[in-house]
Amino acid sequence: MKRGPTVFNRVSIGLGLGFLYMPIVLLVAYSFNASRLVTVWGGFSLRWYAALARDQQMLDAIWVTLRVGVISATVATLLGTLAAVALVRGGRFRGRLLFSGSIYAPLVMPEVILGLSLLLLFVAAGLPRGFWTVTVSHATIALCYAAVVVQARLADFDRALEEAAQDLGCPPWRAFLTVTLPNIAPAVAAAWMLAFTLSLDDLVIASFTSGPGATTLPMRIYSQVRLGVSPEINAVSTLLIGFVATGVIGAYLVQRRRAAA
Amino acid sequence: MKRSPDRPPLAALAPFLWLAVFFLFPFLLVAKLSLSDVALAMPPYAPRIDWADGLVGVTAFLRGLDFETYARLTQDHLYVASYLSSLKFAAVATAILLVIGYPLALGMSRCAPAVRLALVMAVILPFWTSFLIRVYAWIGILKPEGLLNAALGLVGLGPLALLNTDAAVYIGLVYAYLPFMVLPLHAVLEKQDHSLLEAAADLGSTSTAAFWRVTFPLSLPGVGAGALLCFIPMVGEFVIPDLLGGSGTLMLGKTIWTEFFANRDWPAASAVAIALLATLVIPIVLFQREQAKVLGR
Repeated sequence: MKRGPTVFNRVSIGLGLGFLYMPIVLLVAYSFNASRLVTVWGGFSLRWYAALARDQQMLDAIWVTLRVGVISATVATLLGTLAAVALVRGGRFRGRLLFSGSIYAPLVMPEVILGLSLLLLFVAAGLPRGFWTVTVSHATIALCYAAVVVQARLADFDRALEEAAQDLGCPPWRAFLTVTLPNIAPAVAAAWMLAFTLSLDDLVIASFTSGPGATTLPMRIYSQVRLGVSPEINAVSTLLIGFVATGVIGAYLVQRRRAAA
Repeated sequence: MKRSPDRPPLAALAPFLWLAVFFLFPFLLVAKLSLSDVALAMPPYAPRIDWADGLVGVTAFLRGLDFETYARLTQDHLYVASYLSSLKFAAVATAILLVIGYPLALGMSRCAPAVRLALVMAVILPFWTSFLIRVYAWIGILKPEGLLNAALGLVGLGPLALLNTDAAVYIGLVYAYLPFMVLPLHAVLEKQDHSLLEAAADLGSTSTAAFWRVTFPLSLPGVGAGALLCFIPMVGEFVIPDLLGGSGTLMLGKTIWTEFFANRDWPAASAVAIALLATLVIPIVLFQREQAKVLGR
């Protein structure tokens, strides 16, 4: 007896995905609305995208966000990969519980707490808040996500390959770089993308740790949203969604082709 | 063959040091600040350690710390109410998420493997798109002259005043956290052995009975993981109650934000953060244990 999805199963999937996608589809659709009103369809128009291109504050915020994202994701991936190695290969070392705890806790901890505690650190250290404080904060949170992603892949990797390289006279660090790293590369790439997206999305931690001159895109969007719904926000949101969706689906297709080959 | 001895590679010290400085140590600062008093200075709290005075400065600083802020919080009705209301929001939303997420995860797990993979992607994709934007999208739907009321008007219903109410906060919470509920549930359901259900059917069990006596009990680890993954961050949620809730919506994340940014009462914000953290310690430890079991092997 082979069980396929029942009618109930199909309906659940349809409703669930409909619920997940309906708001996003509406948001994207109304970014092309010529009318300023949400409920009035005034015809197809790109005027909000044109308005966006002239909004210097928004463009500045996008530039800040991209720089913060790239730097923090790179730092987070480097540190996260090292952390994953320690967790998978480290065995039972002293302080392991504290270490794994400080990897897993930030994944679920409310962002207001993380933001507040990081801010107090920067104040206590007398560091002026701005670009670098946001970047360091994002790297800290993203490093935990990166560690979890890489760890899952590393745990599946057959260590005998690395040991074989070492038996043939390869120093451990080179065995890691030439044998292990290429094998876990898809997970490392996924970790980088996840870290970058987290940074791109974050409002709360950035609001606490940023300073004058380093307003990120979510901070900019938030301050506009507080003033009410504007089609220009729909336009910038659509660009952001398109950018991330292309990246995620692209990465998925590349990985699938590689798996099929 | 001989494995290298179990000790962490030296390079692994780097992320540990980083987390010690930027994650663990700041909590001490939050705890310290929660014992301080508000002051008209920058930064706006007292006492501060005067290192120039050496040991005298440190003891004077320690003597300046007290539990006054906590006493203030417990006496103020507003803080107690927002504490209780945060727990209520998170608990009710977690229950709704289970009711909505379970059938979706179950449906996905019954599909052919290729379809299943595409469906998992479809559930993950919204999680990658900005949280803030997904919450913002609901403002346009729920506001009085928004899309929901336009749609209700077409069938002669409504209008409903949903935006800036607790109902809108529930919608936002359920919407934003649905992937976090579905994915752990699906991970457990996907691995379930279908022959168990066949055995139940052979022994004369109806499919409903088989679900409640076989499928559901076996999926409890996924239920626990999903519930923790949603409940913990929801208690401290800020963006959703701030954008979708009304002035009467009390949640701790919003309280911390207001105390910090609007009232500039850093000690109160810190004390609320410590109270929130103390509440979440047990669920976080439970979550961590589950994670270690699944990933650490």
